[in-house]
Amino acid sequence: MGANLELSTGLAATQHAVEQFLYRQAALLDGKQWQPYIDLFTDDGHYWMPASPEQTTGEGTPSIFYEDRNLMIVRMRRVQHPDAWSQRPLWGTNHIVGNVMIDPASNDGTLVVHSRFHMMEFRRETSRHFAGSYVHHLVRSGDEFRIRLQRVDMVNGQGPYDYVLQVWV
Amino acid sequence: MSHAPLDLRQMVEPDRVHRGVYSDPAIFALEMERIFERVWIYCGHESQVPKPGDYYTVQIGRQPMLMVRSQDGKVNVLYNRCPHRGAMLAGDRCGSTGEFFRCSYHSWTFHTDGKLRTIPMMESGYEGTRWGRDNPDCNVKRAARVASYRGFVFASLSPDGPTLEEFLGPAKIGFDDMCDRAPEGEVEIVPNCFRVIQNSNWKIFLENQLDALHPSVTHQSTGRAAHEVEKDIEKRTGHAPLSYHMLSAFATVTIDKWDNFQTLNYPHGHCILTGYMGLRPQDPDTLEYERVLTEAYGAERKEAILSTNIHHVLLYPGLSVQSPLQQLRAVRPLGVDRTLTEIWHFRLKGAPEPIYRRALAYYNLVNSPATLINADDLENFWKCQQGLTADGGDWVSFHRHYGRDIEKDGMVETGPGMGTSEAPMRNQMKAWTQFMERA
Repeated sequence: MGANLELSTGLAATQHAVEQFLYRQAALLDGKQWQPYIDLFTDDGHYWMPASPEQTTGEGTPSIFYEDRNLMIVRMRRVQHPDAWSQRPLWGTNHIVGNVMIDPASNDGTLVVHSRFHMMEFRRETSRHFAGSYVHHLVRSGDEFRIRLQRVDMVNGQGPYDYVLQVWV
Repeated sequence: MSHAPLDLRQMVEPDRVHRGVYSDPAIFALEMERIFERVWIYCGHESQVPKPGDYYTVQIGRQPMLMVRSQDGKVNVLYNRCPHRGAMLAGDRCGSTGEFFRCSYHSWTFHTDGKLRTIPMMESGYEGTRWGRDNPDCNVKRAARVASYRGFVFASLSPDGPTLEEFLGPAKIGFDDMCDRAPEGEVEIVPNCFRVIQNSNWKIFLENQLDALHPSVTHQSTGRAAHEVEKDIEKRTGHAPLSYHMLSAFATVTIDKWDNFQTLNYPHGHCILTGYMGLRPQDPDTLEYERVLTEAYGAERKEAILSTNIHHVLLYPGLSVQSPLQQLRAVRPLGVDRTLTEIWHFRLKGAPEPIYRRALAYYNLVNSPATLINADDLENFWKCQQGLTADGGDWVSFHRHYGRDIEKDGMVETGPGMGTSEAPMRNQMKAWTQFMERA
């Protein structure tokens, strides 16, 4: 009984910590805190949005995003450049993240976390909505989590894009 | 139609174009009728429909069409319309229909070449009417002409006009260059299509494709960012992936250097931008690829293939081919101020995997919906479209290096040091006028 309680207290604490981590990541995106956002990823981490849901790897397959930290820095510096013309109009996003489930098969120090998101973007006079699922592969780094892989599958990712995506979703 | 030929002629002069050409819905409707629904339009690649019954839908002008491989192995292009009540026969973008199409409304069935197969209760229902198997109107209508060049399928909805090869002319080098770079002499589709909508007229995109003046201005931000990271990676590891060079070239090739490129302008509006993005480094992957190519073609032919100096081939009015990177963008106009681009990537058959990966990186970084490059292009296109509705001036200027074009053998090439000439835009509008004046 005591051991079970300890276990469930431990699970609840992990669940809470993971949720807080995902909320913080979303807040960094919405706050345009690009460098702290990139720093959530491990040195060998990847942000991946496959071109289709059947894909199992970003290596050698068409991807909407398949970015290591170097490419993420290119994207960040582009949007920060004064002559990134498409960044001039007022824009912002709002992410809601929920349905956070830790995969029971998580092991060897990697937590596999499934969640769902809904993102509303407002840019120039237009709102767009994107929704879908995240899968995070999280590793512990001291007291913090870091992302080794984030997979993003959008429910409406297969349709034509009216304009483009300029930063991560 | 509201625009008589005389009006059209007044809207297009050799060095300038009236803004209504980009913003008038009546002109757009006439373009669909006289250009897109007449000339050869790219439908897809044969490898998109490898087996009998495989189909892919495609829009030609205003017409929803189907590219389908029939049981005899031929690729057909049909109107996606049941002759009974007009329902589309294929509701999905692509798939396999098996041995025949079956309409979901009343179960009429059609062979994959369009011929009528069965109508429920045919005898009792149609006896004595003029509707029956012998009436050709009972078949699914076929595109007037279908032809393919090295696996790339085109259709024309007009029975008249030049053959596909006559139409492509020297610009068919876009397909030759792409296929010849494959040790097996052909390419196959990478089964993914990136689709991005531009809120601007279709011609604005085409004009931008060979506009050598814009990259260092429009793409400064990405070019600079990639250049910084490229240098940083080189400092740390000694070598940065080629994809960084592909991006940094947008900034490191400064505005004055783009004049060293050249454009070649052909009949029917086709154009080529020469230029080499440094895609032939002497790294182990490239050397291995060159070895495989030499084995397939011999040293001399390999050298000729890899020396082909092309950046873009524009096939008017709806295709931009980037042969050295095995990519193409098909243009599907949706409205006077709305244009869909369908972006495909191809694999060089027989080439080593790293060569595919290298081009794939460009496909992802430049042409995906999260493009690091086109975000700023589309922003400019949108601004142009907005500005062209304004009364602030009636004309779009194509005067750059006007009068200095070199005409020979029925084509126009830009002179030395005039790579940023607006000759490709002038050439496209010349073809546009010829198409549009043909009633």
